[in-house]
Amino acid sequence: HSPLVFSSHNSSGGSTLLGYIGIDTIIEQMRKKTMKTGFDFNIMVVGHSGLGKSTLVNTLFKSHVSRKSAGWARDEKIPKTVEIKAVSHVIEEGGVKMKLTVVDTPGFGDQINNDNCWEPISKYINEQYEKFLKEEVNITRKKRIPDTRVHCCIYFISPTGHFLRQLDTEFMKRLSHSVNIIPVIAKADTMTLEERQEFKQRVRKELEVSGIEFYPQKEFDEDMEDKSDNDKIREAMPFAVVGSDKEYQVNGKRVLGRKTAWGIVEVENPNHCEFAQLRDFLIRSHLQDLKEVTHNIHYETYRAKRLNENGGLHPISSSDTQESNL
Amino acid sequence: MYMLYEASINRMRVSVCVSLKQRNLEGYVGFANLPNQVYRKSVKRGFEFTLMVVGESGLGKSTLINSLFLTDLYSKDYPGPSQRIKKTVQVEQSKVLIKEGGVQLTLTIVDTPGFGDAVDNSNCWQPVINYIDSKCEDFLNAESRVNRRSMPDNRVHCCLYFIAPSGHGLKPLDIEFMKRLHDKVNVIPLIAKADTLTPEECQLFKKQIMKEIQEHKIKIYEFPDTEDDDDNKLIRKIKEKMPLAVVGSNVVIEVNGKKVRGRQYPWGVAEVENGEHCDFTVLRNMLIRTHMQDLKDVTNNVHYENYRSKKLAAVTCNGVDTSKTKGQLTKYGTISGKYPLAQMEEERREHVMKMKKMEAEMEQVFEMKVKEKKQKLKDSEAELERRHEQMKRNLEAQYKELEEKRRVFEEEKANWEAQQRILEQQKLDASKTMEKNKKKGKIF
Repeated sequence: HSPLVFSSHNSSGGSTLLGYIGIDTIIEQMRKKTMKTGFDFNIMVVGHSGLGKSTLVNTLFKSHVSRKSAGWARDEKIPKTVEIKAVSHVIEEGGVKMKLTVVDTPGFGDQINNDNCWEPISKYINEQYEKFLKEEVNITRKKRIPDTRVHCCIYFISPTGHFLRQLDTEFMKRLSHSVNIIPVIAKADTMTLEERQEFKQRVRKELEVSGIEFYPQKEFDEDMEDKSDNDKIREAMPFAVVGSDKEYQVNGKRVLGRKTAWGIVEVENPNHCEFAQLRDFLIRSHLQDLKEVTHNIHYETYRAKRLNENGGLHPISSSDTQESNL
Repeated sequence: MYMLYEASINRMRVSVCVSLKQRNLEGYVGFANLPNQVYRKSVKRGFEFTLMVVGESGLGKSTLINSLFLTDLYSKDYPGPSQRIKKTVQVEQSKVLIKEGGVQLTLTIVDTPGFGDAVDNSNCWQPVINYIDSKCEDFLNAESRVNRRSMPDNRVHCCLYFIAPSGHGLKPLDIEFMKRLHDKVNVIPLIAKADTLTPEECQLFKKQIMKEIQEHKIKIYEFPDTEDDDDNKLIRKIKEKMPLAVVGSNVVIEVNGKKVRGRQYPWGVAEVENGEHCDFTVLRNMLIRTHMQDLKDVTNNVHYENYRSKKLAAVTCNGVDTSKTKGQLTKYGTISGKYPLAQMEEERREHVMKMKKMEAEMEQVFEMKVKEKKQKLKDSEAELERRHEQMKRNLEAQYKELEEKRRVFEEEKANWEAQQRILEQQKLDASKTMEKNKKKGKIF
């Protein structure tokens, strides 16, 4: 709480302050507000069954937030069509409340014939955009529109060690323009370090060749600093991750890991897998950016398309929400 | 040795009851040496074994084959099929000749690249089924030939099916495939890349798989019980471990001074031949050291006979020897008493009938065509008639018109002539009056 001081202009247009005004306290004010209201984050996990999606989400948020822990049995039958199951939790850390929604897609890629199994997912994403749009367009709007849009879609790649499967490229091609896709290599403890490097190179090249823009997209880098940061991240993607919600004792410390007969795989050890990198990237540095890209770019694309067709926003019937922007 | 079973006596259910009493011998006769003779003969001939590996790409099939037979069947110069992306399911075979201790084995590995890799995998098992059936057919044909000196056995003796280590259960594709192939070939399911699973996860997974296999009534290869008690204990232990969780590797790593084959991770080395790490040794012993011959026997006695009986039943359908073949199409295919001559007669009759039918059909077709043509001709005749009529009528109309015109013309002519006469008359009258006037009054 410094005393009030006055400012003066200089030639470049910006003002140098002759004393302290207190403009920087805005950050503190924003922080207080955010802590009070909390914020939403919606994450979707896609990949065929058995790739450790639920385990990874639990590990990421260090609490049991996945569909599996919400009471479903472990050996549930594979559903015949792709279902969309969303589970919400409110988790709190350091006074900040986050309403985390995890959207799971059981049945994806599990059938014998997987044609069009991405359609229910694409429909769900567009429905969320539609809901938000309807709220926005209302005459009397709510103060804070509930945000159910999918901010981030983590796509799990099977660790075959050879190539991307056809289903992977098909899915990512179709959805990379309507949602932020973050590809990860699941169950990375299947591969040795050399195998992992080779596989990553191959996957990255294939993604490039197919023209799949995963998050962070190159075209949305705002300045050089962003670009260099994101370039580093893009070089390291897709992250090879291992998930676990069990703790073991290693060198006197308690760590999350998987215990095999020949050693313990430490989830947060950067020499073992890239989980820590993924977590830092997803939560500690780019969480807000994910939400912004979803709101400013993906949602705006959807909105522009919806408002341009039929000459404007008519009373929306259920048949309209089935159009996808693919 | 299937040579012993070759005699057709074994196929017929000879229902002769012979009471065999075991007699004790007074001295050494020497037929205890029989197994040695058989052994020497078969070693000279060498053995054949065909192994098929099926599973999605990236499950370590090629690595496992290399590890099992300690050779680089798929090496850097000849990369395994998984290294090449396939658009459709292919079936590829590679033969290799390995020798060990004077015994030579012709090993054929059949790989199925592209299996389960596409977005739509319906019927991806069809090429596999076709391959197996074609090999059985080759053997059937070779058996039925007159000259049977060399009969190579290319039938698939064992199919290793690789299950992805998801930790949950079987996928719909796995269930479909095994259901369709369990009565054509010995199916041995394996859990691939088992170093993905912790021991507890592995146990749960195995139990879940066995439960699902039983639920869907899939008949995987069963180890036969032997008379030896010790062996039985071993077999029971193996049965408990089914399906076997395997890890493959040919990379030699040093662990605690020992050189072992394994996979090097930052947190440890997963040893391939360590029984506590995975079931690789169990698989190798079972497949190669103890049950290779049994696999071949079961293929020959059960799966091949199945195929054969189905195939031959389709040929001799309604006729020959129904008394013996009726209701006896069991697993061991008792199509006994097939009289080849009668069969040929039957075939000839069929052929003749077929010919007759074709002839009748052709005649019918011919008749129809003739009728059609006649009809067409009649139609065109009628058409011509009609046109002719029409033209005639046209002509008449024109003629009438012309007549009409002529009449009008004649009338006009008459009128005009009449008028001319009147004019003439007038002229005459005029000239007469002029004359008269001239005479009278000297007008000029």
